Amino acid sequence: MAKLSYREAVAAAMAQEMRLDDRVIFLGEDVGAAGGVFKATLGLFDEFGPTRVRDTPISEQAILGATMGAAMTGLRPIAEIMFSDFFGVCWDTVVNEIAKARYMTNGDHETPLVIRSANGGGARFGAQHSQSIENWAMAVPGIKVVAPSNAYDVKGLLAASIRDPDPVLFFEQKAMYGNKCEVPEGELVIPLGEAATPREGTDVTIVALANMVPKSLKAAEILEKEHGILCEVVDPRTLVPLDTKTILASVEKTGRLVTVEENPRLCGWGAEIASIVGEELFWNLDAPITRITTPHIPLPSVDVLEDLVIPSVERIVDTISKMD
Amino acid sequence: MATAKAKSSSAGKIKIDKSQKLELYRIMSECRALQQRAYDLFMQNLVKGTTHLGQGQEAIAAAFGFAMREDDYTFNTYRGHNHNYVRGVSMTSILGELMGRDIGQLRGKGGSMHITDSSKGAMGSYAIIGAHMPIAAGAAWSAQYRGTEQVACCFFGDGTTNIGTFHEALNFAKIWELPVVYICENNQYMEYTPIGDVTAVEHPAADRASAYGLEPILVDGNDVEVMYETAMAALEKARKGGGPTLIEALTYRHHGHSRADPGKYRPDDEVKEWKENRDPLYGYRAKLLGEGIDEAELAKIDANTEKMIDEATEAAKNSPPPPAEIAYTDVFADGGAEWRN
Ligand SMILES: Cc1ncc(C[n+]2csc(CCOP(=O)(O)OP(=O)(O)O)c2C)c(N)n1
Ligand SMILES: [Mg+2]
Repeated sequence: MAKLSYREAVAAAMAQEMRLDDRVIFLGEDVGAAGGVFKATLGLFDEFGPTRVRDTPISEQAILGATMGAAMTGLRPIAEIMFSDFFGVCWDTVVNEIAKARYMTNGDHETPLVIRSANGGGARFGAQHSQSIENWAMAVPGIKVVAPSNAYDVKGLLAASIRDPDPVLFFEQKAMYGNKCEVPEGELVIPLGEAATPREGTDVTIVALANMVPKSLKAAEILEKEHGILCEVVDPRTLVPLDTKTILASVEKTGRLVTVEENPRLCGWGAEIASIVGEELFWNLDAPITRITTPHIPLPSVDVLEDLVIPSVERIVDTISKMD
Repeated sequence: MATAKAKSSSAGKIKIDKSQKLELYRIMSECRALQQRAYDLFMQNLVKGTTHLGQGQEAIAAAFGFAMREDDYTFNTYRGHNHNYVRGVSMTSILGELMGRDIGQLRGKGGSMHITDSSKGAMGSYAIIGAHMPIAAGAAWSAQYRGTEQVACCFFGDGTTNIGTFHEALNFAKIWELPVVYICENNQYMEYTPIGDVTAVEHPAADRASAYGLEPILVDGNDVEVMYETAMAALEKARKGGGPTLIEALTYRHHGHSRADPGKYRPDDEVKEWKENRDPLYGYRAKLLGEGIDEAELAKIDANTEKMIDEATEAAKNSPPPPAEIAYTDVFADGGAEWRN
């Protein structure tokens, strides 16, 4: 197995699917000749050419509208919205058109498409280029939501997203693009809706997503070493569909739930998980459910403030070490 | 792309005297120094986030800054340091913001892409493409309603002409005859993609003007006097109730799109041509010397610019990072971030 970076895994998954299925096409701003502003799609333009890999103008509504039109008529388009913050200028197409097409037409329309986007903070880009918006997406019926935490999952989940018959919003955490791990060279597909459990433990269940997964794993190590607390880390990987079975089984075992979320506090994805666990496992809980999130503020740009507000290893350790 | 010449309708009508010429030169040289220093600081890893610099595009900012009334409004993009500087935001505030210091214009909360000082009419730097175009129309509407004869000037790039807000804002501006001047700084690239590859017309702004009942205006954005004349004409028209103007100013960015981008997607000879033969600052220096202005006068300006930028850099470097508590201020009007009791 070779080591691939998170960004290389994006291109690897797309190339894998584009080789297998000529209905797969790709469009976005600076994605072709330049290979994307995060260099996540390097090589695709050279391999597949401008008929399948298309540079667009700065026209997000047109990008997503065209993506939907192509999907409705037999293709399997992948669109890139460069930063997830820019969903703000084309959210209508996502929530009113793409997400509702199948339901509203009584199943007549199919929109098998993927919208990839760089999401999240850590790059000091300020309030309009750093948001974690996976919770916006999770709130819209009709779309699937994927947010991988490592290169292996990027490859497998992106491939599955491309094959999926439903529209998928695929969030790549931009601070993770350089992170490397072992990724098989051959075909890799990881079904949507299956959580991973990268660390097992008996005392506390930490449910974390994307860049919060490596932070939680680091915190779990420290908690074991310094406090003797054994944490189980569950990475849902996809928010919709959500693998509640894995989460519930873990909390049933540990009796404690902590969510670690990069999104701002109110209506973050962890609130939904907390509510499910509260409803279904109330009598198994040994401590109040705890959510660790970015506070309910826009993200500041400067490093010292950004590091202060996005959940950190120290904050996770501190919070969990003080739990009952 | 054809090299545009200033339209005669806007050029040559205004007499620019020597002191004004020296002012235009001074402002451009200060902008250049500011941007060059920002780049150097970025390369020294003293700027943590991003930067989008305007070396090569100074003539547009300088001319408008010089032409605008003190209470006019400026709306600009993330590539906005020059536009803020010409309205009076200090070098120290700008460099301090880039470096994330407490002395920074926004104390580090905004960063390079969001420099703002509404007390100086610098109404914000916007990082979502096209977002500020209708906002500028709104400020112009407000000025029209209040009868203040203020004008809103909105600067944006060539790439911005392909997003919906460009079209919606121009139509709004025209149907309400708003006192707004839209200035497309056509530096010929969006991030890495040449604008011509993704645009239906040759001149992304000027060729669309007629769709909104506006005169197509295409000018040499690297000729500061042409820019000044064009700015004066548009500002006066807007102030007198004559409605909006759309200007396409041809220019070029000397550096890459942002951060340390080397800009390799651009042909070498194209970069060379614009840097060596069409540099707005050096070109103007040569022109002024040709007109008989004493080299010593320009050298004095250069020396002062140098001193200013060094002092600003020192002041910014000596400022500490902002205190932690400001992370939780100014989410709401009460000054805080509380959302529950
Ligand atoms: C809605 C939106 N889409 C995409 C981007 C990413 N982006 C930032 S700058 C840029 C290029 C803009 O080109 P142009 O308007 O020509 O301005 P320039 O950078 O050349 O000054 C792009 C695509 C963005 N900030 N906002
Ligand atoms: Mg441009």
